[in-house]
Amino acid sequence: MEKRIRVLVAKPGLDGHDRGAKVVARALRDAGFEVIYTGLRQTPEQITEAALQEDVNVVAMSLLSGAHNTLFPKVVKMIRDKGMKDTLIIGGGVIPDADIPGLKDAGVSAVFTPGTPTGSIIDFIKTNVK
Amino acid sequence: MANESLKAKMAEYTAKVEKAAAKNPERQNLAHNRLYTPLDIEGFDYERDLGFPGEYPFTRGVQPTMYRGRFWTMRMYAGFSTAEESNKRYRYLLESGGTGLSCAFDLPTQIGYDSDDAIAEGEIGKVGVAIDTLKDMEILFDQIDLGKVSTSMTINAPAAVLLAMYIAVAEKQGVPADKLNGTIQNDILKEYAARGTYIFPPKPSMRLITNIFEYCSKHVPQWNTISISGYHIREAGSTASQEIAFTIADGIAYVDAAIKAGLNVDDFAGRLSFFWNAHNNVLEEVAKFRASRRVWAKVMKERFGAQSPKSWMLRVHTQTAGSMLTAQQPDNNIVRVALQTAAAVMGGTQSLHTNSKDEALALPTEDSVRIALRTQQIVAYESGLADVVDPLGGSYYVEALTDKIEKECWDYIKKIDDLGGAVAAIEKGYIQKEIQESAYRWQMDVESKQRIIVGVNQFQIKEKTPEGLLRVDAAVGEFQKNKLAKVKAERDNAAVKAKLAALEEACKDESKNLMPVILDAVKVYASLGEICGVMRKVFGEYEAHVSL
Repeated sequence: MEKRIRVLVAKPGLDGHDRGAKVVARALRDAGFEVIYTGLRQTPEQITEAALQEDVNVVAMSLLSGAHNTLFPKVVKMIRDKGMKDTLIIGGGVIPDADIPGLKDAGVSAVFTPGTPTGSIIDFIKTNVK
Repeated sequence: MANESLKAKMAEYTAKVEKAAAKNPERQNLAHNRLYTPLDIEGFDYERDLGFPGEYPFTRGVQPTMYRGRFWTMRMYAGFSTAEESNKRYRYLLESGGTGLSCAFDLPTQIGYDSDDAIAEGEIGKVGVAIDTLKDMEILFDQIDLGKVSTSMTINAPAAVLLAMYIAVAEKQGVPADKLNGTIQNDILKEYAARGTYIFPPKPSMRLITNIFEYCSKHVPQWNTISISGYHIREAGSTASQEIAFTIADGIAYVDAAIKAGLNVDDFAGRLSFFWNAHNNVLEEVAKFRASRRVWAKVMKERFGAQSPKSWMLRVHTQTAGSMLTAQQPDNNIVRVALQTAAAVMGGTQSLHTNSKDEALALPTEDSVRIALRTQQIVAYESGLADVVDPLGGSYYVEALTDKIEKECWDYIKKIDDLGGAVAAIEKGYIQKEIQESAYRWQMDVESKQRIIVGVNQFQIKEKTPEGLLRVDAAVGEFQKNKLAKVKAERDNAAVKAKLAALEEACKDESKNLMPVILDAVKVYASLGEICGVMRKVFGEYEAHVSL
């Protein structure tokens, strides 16, 4: 049997808006992925630790506070520093288009903004996960 | 019997249109009936169910003349970056005809951390203004007469601290506390259920809230001590009925807690206020506002035995639905907000914030905030919607819908009572789960196109990257940290230590009201993080219920 894709849905930063994170988590689960949701207010250290412990293939971060330019790259760096070279890291939330190239340069493979159908996230993961 | 004749004619009509519908089908999945008639409000009793505006059960509104005397307060929620920057925006809003202030705080402030805390990194000044000490609060209200303006503060877990700072700034301006007008959100239960900026566990949080009720009833009598909020529950994905049901259940929990703490219901209930969402479905929203007033009036009179009509009134602030703004074709949001404004006004709100068109992308620019404020002014002065009290009262549809929402609300309140009340229902994850289910259903309806969102899943166009978005200066964090360091160096640190020690003792003694002690601490420039740090030490922190 093929191993199921494991996804950590993570909320870095301090914002409490997790409607999007929970809807995406549930859609990924309904698409057959194993999904772990961290809950709110996770530090980059906590997210990295959870990614390691749960041995996930994908880390999907959600952030709506505007702190993405600070926190997304930090999580990417910590995860890579822990040797998780192949983990697919994606993000979503209220993120201005102008910030997306910088986030991609920092190692966030894709950024999904408001209005994205959950199907596009599922397809992206299936296509890009290693 | 008149109704027998009407029933027969209704049956004829239905048979006729169903036959026609076989050829030209109606749209699928419409939530409500095709047509409403007197048959849908059988048993309707005008005096019992509606009565007159300003009278029990307040279905038609809480004031006798509603907007014929004075319009609702046009209160634009604002705040970003530093106190210096936000002060400029507030003065701009007041000069533009805004009639009240509404302060947005950044997340570290809302969760009780100072700007120099490591956890605040990247968040300082982002979603609101950063407040560390009384110094920031003095700057925030510089040249704004607190004796004249009314101020709403979206602050929950540390509400007591920000209210204390506001009282202290007013005192410095020479305005006594009993002349202050405004609101603190102070609604911790919806933070656990939907919004996420909690700090302490339920028990000490409920104590802080009842301490505020008690303190304000004596010293700040015109202050709205809580804004029991459905707004965020709706934003998190609930339905209209769930929004008011879960919120009124929260309200019941606060009243219960205050009565248990020994307060007389009529001493504080008149200062309780509510906060609704104005969502897309205009008439459903109007019915929701009307139903919520009727339910609360019955709760207060029948369940709690309140005697004063003020205690029965559900007074409400409203904000248009942020989650309904689209990042796609953002100009369309102006139209959405106008319809939502119409709903809030026909629903009888006491104050209103209208969202700006660019808020699915970033914080709003000054230009887009002006359009949002102008939308309210157009509805007020040009549309005629504000000229008659409860203009939709008596509509078969709106009355039937009001009854339906009221019934669904009572059903939820019963369920929550059976679970042991709102606190227990939240601790068990029941309310969160219900909201999540509704949110997921909404998203799936959008994805399957059972629900059309213009510009998102239909009528899309190729769009350019939006330009001219507001960006918070990245240097804000450093600026704020330096300001805090300067305050800490210049204040009387021995006094700070003494006041914080007194606070710690008071926290341990449940019979003490914490408001005067917190007021003492802010006056010597103890920081928000220091004060909340002391409370964290004594009270501990809330562990969230995480489920999918």
